[in-house]
Amino acid sequence: MSVSLVLLASACGGGDDGGGGSGDSTALEGRGPITFATGKDTSGNLKSQVDAWNAAHADEKVEVKELPESADQQRALMIQSAQSQSDAYSVLNLDVVWTAEFAANRWVVALPEDKFPDLGKLIPATVDTAKYRDKLYGVPVTSDGGLLYYRKDLLDKAGVQPPKTWTEMTAACLKVQALPESKGMSCYAGQFEKYEGLTVNFSEAINSAGGVVVGEDGKPNVDTPEALAGLTQLVNGFKTKAIPSAAITYKEEEGRRAFQEGKLLFHRNWPYVYALAGKTDGSSKINGKFAVAPLPGKDGPGVSTLGGHNYAISAFTKNKATAADFINFMASEERQKANVEKTSQAPTWAALYDDAGLQKQFPYLAPLKASIDTAKSRPKVVKYGDVSTAIQDAAYNALTLKTEPKQALTDLQTKLSSLITQ
Amino acid sequence: MSEASPAETRPGKTQRVRRHDEGTGRLAAVLLSPTLIVLALVVVYPILSALRESLYTSGQRVDEEGFIVQGSEFVGLDNYTAIFSGEVGDRFWNAFYNTTFFTVTCVTLETILGVAMALVMHKAFKGRGIVRASILVPWAIPTVVSALLWKWIFQADGAANALIGAEILWSTEGWQSVLSVIIADTWKTAPFIGLLVLAGLQTIPEEIYEAAKVDGASPWQQFVRITLPLVKPALLVAVLFRMLDTLRIFDLPFVLVGPGKESVETLSILAFLEARETRYGPAAAYATILFLYVAVVAFMFVKLLGADVIGEKSGKPSKPVKGKRGRGKSVDRPTDSAAVGVGSAVS
Repeated sequence: MSVSLVLLASACGGGDDGGGGSGDSTALEGRGPITFATGKDTSGNLKSQVDAWNAAHADEKVEVKELPESADQQRALMIQSAQSQSDAYSVLNLDVVWTAEFAANRWVVALPEDKFPDLGKLIPATVDTAKYRDKLYGVPVTSDGGLLYYRKDLLDKAGVQPPKTWTEMTAACLKVQALPESKGMSCYAGQFEKYEGLTVNFSEAINSAGGVVVGEDGKPNVDTPEALAGLTQLVNGFKTKAIPSAAITYKEEEGRRAFQEGKLLFHRNWPYVYALAGKTDGSSKINGKFAVAPLPGKDGPGVSTLGGHNYAISAFTKNKATAADFINFMASEERQKANVEKTSQAPTWAALYDDAGLQKQFPYLAPLKASIDTAKSRPKVVKYGDVSTAIQDAAYNALTLKTEPKQALTDLQTKLSSLITQ
Repeated sequence: MSEASPAETRPGKTQRVRRHDEGTGRLAAVLLSPTLIVLALVVVYPILSALRESLYTSGQRVDEEGFIVQGSEFVGLDNYTAIFSGEVGDRFWNAFYNTTFFTVTCVTLETILGVAMALVMHKAFKGRGIVRASILVPWAIPTVVSALLWKWIFQADGAANALIGAEILWSTEGWQSVLSVIIADTWKTAPFIGLLVLAGLQTIPEEIYEAAKVDGASPWQQFVRITLPLVKPALLVAVLFRMLDTLRIFDLPFVLVGPGKESVETLSILAFLEARETRYGPAAAYATILFLYVAVVAFMFVKLLGADVIGEKSGKPSKPVKGKRGRGKSVDRPTDSAAVGVGSAVS
């Protein structure tokens, strides 16, 4: 029975392959009402975006299906729906790291690039996150990159420029910490709790030192001198207390609180912190005292890890042509601009970062573009969850000084090699 | 019980009455069948389905073009043998140890505290209502909420560290994360044991204590010789329920300390993590092993300590046949609740 199942599956697969290429315009057929599955809309802006579409498309209305806030639960629901081949969700709002898994399982369809005219105007690094084995499976609608938040008031006082390298950052710390105002402050913190954020921070350290986690050829290559330099930088931070020991428990919010309470000179976090740290209602002790810069690296500017979301079309929905049009609509410059203004989510449209009006409203846009331009995707692998867990294990053991960095990387290389066999 | 007494008088009566009796049996079967069908659907089917699932694997191979090979494959006991070998085996035994350790430690602490709470609540004093209500508050809070609550308390800059004036990183690997889970679990569930023991305490007639006092028994002697033996049935049920609950502990370590932490990883967490990576076969295998473990523990507990789970035995020492049937049922019952436990752990 199992043999016949496999045969059947591969027969089906063969049929699909023939139409999976970029010249495949027949795949996106069917018009009519569709649904849009996305995480909980905390900004309240999604409704107005969808209303704008619905007003112009009476016969092709979009219904929003709000999934839970937690990314894990969103992924679980989308997978459940796909495994039962249900057409409950037409357009899926996928986290960038899920692309490979959804594509490899044929849960989302390959998209012909010529059907998405704006693709060339998006930041190339974001488009890359939507590809699996050089085929396009989604359209990036929001992006995200790491930023270095720093205490401008203290740096100015000590007469130092925002650092471009780790060495400069350490030097800046020593100078600023000599000031009486910065007594008891730690130098730097990112996200080092054992969760996805650690994968992000680890990858940034490795990439910023010139290393890779998974190379262009899709093979892990983490047991290298460059990667060792990156990981050692973080481990030394903990050893010398430049990174406070409590940072091993920091996710985004814990780190943000520490920075806002004036415990950190430098802090790596996402753009969303900018608005919160600048609040004048007393929740932030540092409003008006901080600024942002691109992440520092080993010998020059650092490399951020890309976040963000891609919109993809479920393989089981009927009205794929409408779904493609809706994605184009949401990815358009006009809609993305409206979205930045309301939610301050990083857009993928390159020109928006140079928009003078937006730059005035969001002063972090210029450094954020610099960050995203050179940013790298996390490994594009089918078993992303396992790969991320392996990275977290290795990084956590090294940061808690349980394993030597060299050993941690050798172990990780072995582990990743067995996980990424395809 | 009242329905038992007419049944006793029946054997001496005529054939017609016996036929009437048989009719009652058929009627009982008809009336009970909806319940049995529901039980079969929500208990038996999920167990069998999980057993079947654990013999299959799917979606783990990728073809040359990068697509997952579809369809599930029968692999026999491979999912089980994989669990016990190599690195996965180490992880499994660690989780098995953690699960057992949490169960033994937490239930012991909860029993001691719970009995103490019950004794306090049982005493007549001013403001007893408030004390009783406040002791029960932790039990009323959902586990996930209390896990979040304790997560904030145990943060690096949280209340726990402020109180002891040190910086302990509670959610990192090590004894402190184990301790934080034990504290949170004990805080939450000791009131449950307290509540059941209190119910048991209230059935003990006051005269027994008066007689003991007249005989000159010390408070300790009264506690050991009167209170403990008489609340034993209630206490054993409470402890059994707590054991079955703690064996499938999931939310507290998962939310309070986080997934992937070796020190607090339990069998339920392992099953969940496997299912999250869409490896349903191995996940079902973990869940089945946990289910068997829970069933064995429940069976041993009932056999060795004679816990009377559904109250069948008490009050009917004169009917050995009934008593035996009662014991049989009390074995079945914890297995059922264990099944529900496994089901919820997997979902």
